[in-house]
Amino acid sequence: MTAVSEQQRMAYIAGQAADARVNVELQTEEMTLNLGPQHPATHGTLRIVARLDGEQVIDAEVVCGYMHRGYEKLTEVRTFPQVTTLINRIDWLSSFANEVPFILAAEQLMEVEAPPRAQYIRTIMFELSRIANITLFIGEMGVQLGAITPVFFAFRDREYVLNLIESATGGRFHPNYDRIGGLKEDLPRGWVAETHDAMKRIRTYCDQLEDLLMGNEIFEARTRGVGVIPADVGLSYGLSGANIRASGVDWDLRRDSPSPLAWKDLDWKVWTHPDGDSFARYWVRLQETREATRMVDQMLDGLPAGPIQAKVPRIIKVPAGEAWAHTENPLGEMGYYVVSQGGLGPVRCKIRSASFNNTSIVPWLLKGVYVPDIITILASLYFILGDIDR
Amino acid sequence: MSRLSSTEPPADPEPPADPEPPADGGGATASDEAAVSDQAADDAPGDAGAPGAAPQPAPIDDARLVILDALAAELGDDLVETETLRNDIWVRVRPSAWRRTAEVCRSIGFDYFCFLSGLDWMPSTSVMRGEVASDVADDEEGDQADAAYPATADVEPATAGDAAEGAAEQTAADETGAWKTGHAGGDTRFQVFARLYSIERRLGLTLKSDLDDDAPAVDTWSDIYPGANWHEREAREMFGFEFVGHPHPVNLYLPGEFEGFPLRKDFPLLAREVKPWPGLVDVEPMPETEEEVPANGAPADGEPTGQEEPASQEAGS
Repeated sequence: MTAVSEQQRMAYIAGQAADARVNVELQTEEMTLNLGPQHPATHGTLRIVARLDGEQVIDAEVVCGYMHRGYEKLTEVRTFPQVTTLINRIDWLSSFANEVPFILAAEQLMEVEAPPRAQYIRTIMFELSRIANITLFIGEMGVQLGAITPVFFAFRDREYVLNLIESATGGRFHPNYDRIGGLKEDLPRGWVAETHDAMKRIRTYCDQLEDLLMGNEIFEARTRGVGVIPADVGLSYGLSGANIRASGVDWDLRRDSPSPLAWKDLDWKVWTHPDGDSFARYWVRLQETREATRMVDQMLDGLPAGPIQAKVPRIIKVPAGEAWAHTENPLGEMGYYVVSQGGLGPVRCKIRSASFNNTSIVPWLLKGVYVPDIITILASLYFILGDIDR
Repeated sequence: MSRLSSTEPPADPEPPADPEPPADGGGATASDEAAVSDQAADDAPGDAGAPGAAPQPAPIDDARLVILDALAAELGDDLVETETLRNDIWVRVRPSAWRRTAEVCRSIGFDYFCFLSGLDWMPSTSVMRGEVASDVADDEEGDQADAAYPATADVEPATAGDAAEGAAEQTAADETGAWKTGHAGGDTRFQVFARLYSIERRLGLTLKSDLDDDAPAVDTWSDIYPGANWHEREAREMFGFEFVGHPHPVNLYLPGEFEGFPLRKDFPLLAREVKPWPGLVDVEPMPETEEEVPANGAPADGEPTGQEEPASQEAGS
């Protein structure tokens, strides 16, 4: 696999060099290409202004902010329990996962810890959010390359996961389920068996997608050796999640950061890929989805009994202090730096969202690529607009 | 807040560069197990969230002390203050050394740029914040917090006036010591803060620096950590900080002609000034809970708060 990719990467670089030589001779004129803000490849309102020389990008600028909602300001006028409703909308494909780090930060300050059952259910919901999020990516990446079928599969099978989330939390997209010291409700009857079934289905989906896309000549040609991010560059840009693991960095906050959640009790594996190209990012995410289904199965089998809520004051006041809590969200590292001064709401809540940093590398990454590759590179970085703009 | 203690050689969980990881996922299992067992062992002292262990000093492992020593050695006088809490590090440096700090951190292995942003310690003008300033009356505040809103709502717009007035008020507040600042302290209204992480060591730290009240400016990091580029643009437009040497200092989110700095505390959230936040009803005491609610934390030994079902707060609203 690596040998093929190496060869293709060299061919790609040689092609770029050849083009550059031709351009010098012909003195071609530059052109500005405006992608978006409503371009389908940007998954929302992101605008890319690319300066082109022929088919090649000289430099690209990302214009964001079309969806900026000012959450950091809005958290300052809400109480701690109310903030979760707001931050649900940051990465809307995995809303529950947004709530968890904020709640963990508040719990750190209050020195409260949720009971084990709540931690397990939290982790299950977290991984279900991951599956709901990444299955869409796995299907949608095909669409960007002209394969329509995978996305239909994705929407079909993702629905089972959303139904599970809805039946437990009451919200299909925005659960608002996590509470300081516990959870809103316990799981409904029959949920565990249904979840096992759904996890089986998702694993089948992953197998199908592996059959459909990987090994496909077009898919490989369009993704292998395209958009290569070296590990050190990625880290200095703050790339996280599958994007950095696809560059060979073995770093996953579920394993590497202490957390009261149940990941430490599970037997699982962090997937990495050494290539750092679009294919690697796709591959890592596909493996992670499958791994997540196994984690959910393990947690359902080992689900502890007991209460789902620790004792907290009914009016929640968070002691003064500062806390940083981060988790490995589907899109990467998501963290909240919460400053409290002993009041009902946070004084400052810095939201560190994964897509913001993941997108900030785009101008660097697009230098020298061809126009059609812009689409696959953006798709493989996988950002959610709400997660960039907050 | 990594629990990987110094007993584990830092080089161990390093990403292996073996050529065939697609087959086995980068050999993650071995280090994975090591990390898990390490966590289990380290969990015993009970630092982060253990409710009962309040009085003992915050545990900090050797790896973090090494970092603090290295920073102190490199920065010398420019290191103003450090604080360790819940196995996390806060370091405050002089603004003139902000850039040097990044270089030092980069050289001692902090390769991952997490975020950079600003803090404004001026007491907020927002309605929600009304009760926070009066922490002296904390004990009687539990039930009366919401009763205080209308009063503070009337008072606050006066202080919301303009920036100059805010600055004047700030010096007055400084003298009385009423302003609170966070971990590792602070002498001024504005602080720039950032978080870096070392993948190799599996630990992060928060850096802070005081900025001038009238002309907050600091050197850019964007050539040391390219990821800081966007974060500095955001802090620039939201807090009005100037990042000297920034390659592309234009607004990231806000329209170009936007006036004011939205995340400063004296920038009023107009929607809330016009109409009080309807969600305030959520924090009113329920009719049956007459007794006093514990003011902060201490859920374990607090008096019964009349919560038979813990999640009743949201259910009732």
